[in-house]
Amino acid sequence: MSKMSLRTEADRFVVVTRRFAAPPRAVYRAHTEPELIQKWALGPDGWTMPVCICEARPGGRIRYEWVDGKGGGFHLTGEFIELVPFSRIVHVERMHLHDVTPDNHIETRFEADGSGTLLTMRMTLPDAATRAAMLATGMEHGMEASYVRLEKQIAAGAGGLAAEKCV
Amino acid sequence: METPIDLDAAFSALADRTRRAILARLAEGEATVMELAEPFEMTQPAISQHLKVLEEAGLIVRRVEGTRRPRRLAKPGIEAMDQWLTMLRKALAANYDRLDGLLKEMKAESTRKRS
Repeated sequence: MSKMSLRTEADRFVVVTRRFAAPPRAVYRAHTEPELIQKWALGPDGWTMPVCICEARPGGRIRYEWVDGKGGGFHLTGEFIELVPFSRIVHVERMHLHDVTPDNHIETRFEADGSGTLLTMRMTLPDAATRAAMLATGMEHGMEASYVRLEKQIAAGAGGLAAEKCV
Repeated sequence: METPIDLDAAFSALADRTRRAILARLAEGEATVMELAEPFEMTQPAISQHLKVLEEAGLIVRRVEGTRRPRRLAKPGIEAMDQWLTMLRKALAANYDRLDGLLKEMKAESTRKRS
């Protein structure tokens, strides 16, 4: 499925677009109500978000905490700048990895598209150090996901592995 | 020792059309400044300037061969940028696939409430 498009714009931005089969109102709510955000903004499989503060008003605080259930985790903080209900959100956020990353300014638009929604997210490209830190963290997650898959394969029985080898 | 990749410089370098075209040409194989200048109707100094930007960004490297200095793609530079964008793409794709499911649940919920 290639519903999502991600491209770089000039040398400073990343623009992501994605269509959803639900009206802007629902997609916007899923981006601003903590109990909904906690169900989907989780990154790779296996991670959860036990803490989600999302004060959807100008100046309101954002704090997301993720854990992998094995002692690993990191969090993000931010503030809302502007909210136009069901159509536009502007906020800044920063990741707290080994160090705090510089502010990332993000604009998210929700446009009616037939009976669905076209979401466009425009974010500032993080600087090299931030990208490297995010990459390092992401790699850990990615590897974790691979190990989980491997465990599942092994649990499914050696037969499956043997069959794969024959391919 | 490998030169560390400056991702900022790499993205800046790629913001220019001529430089992207140079990289596309080099993806086909090594080329000299003269060979690279040919299709662009640019002077060699102008091309050399673009090559310098690409080189400093860690995207291309040069080799010394007598008086020739053929350039080729430096794989690690290109891969580091790709890696970062790939990771972002994967995380977002996973999130949005989950959001599809959640939106379906929300719809079912509101339908139940109405009836």
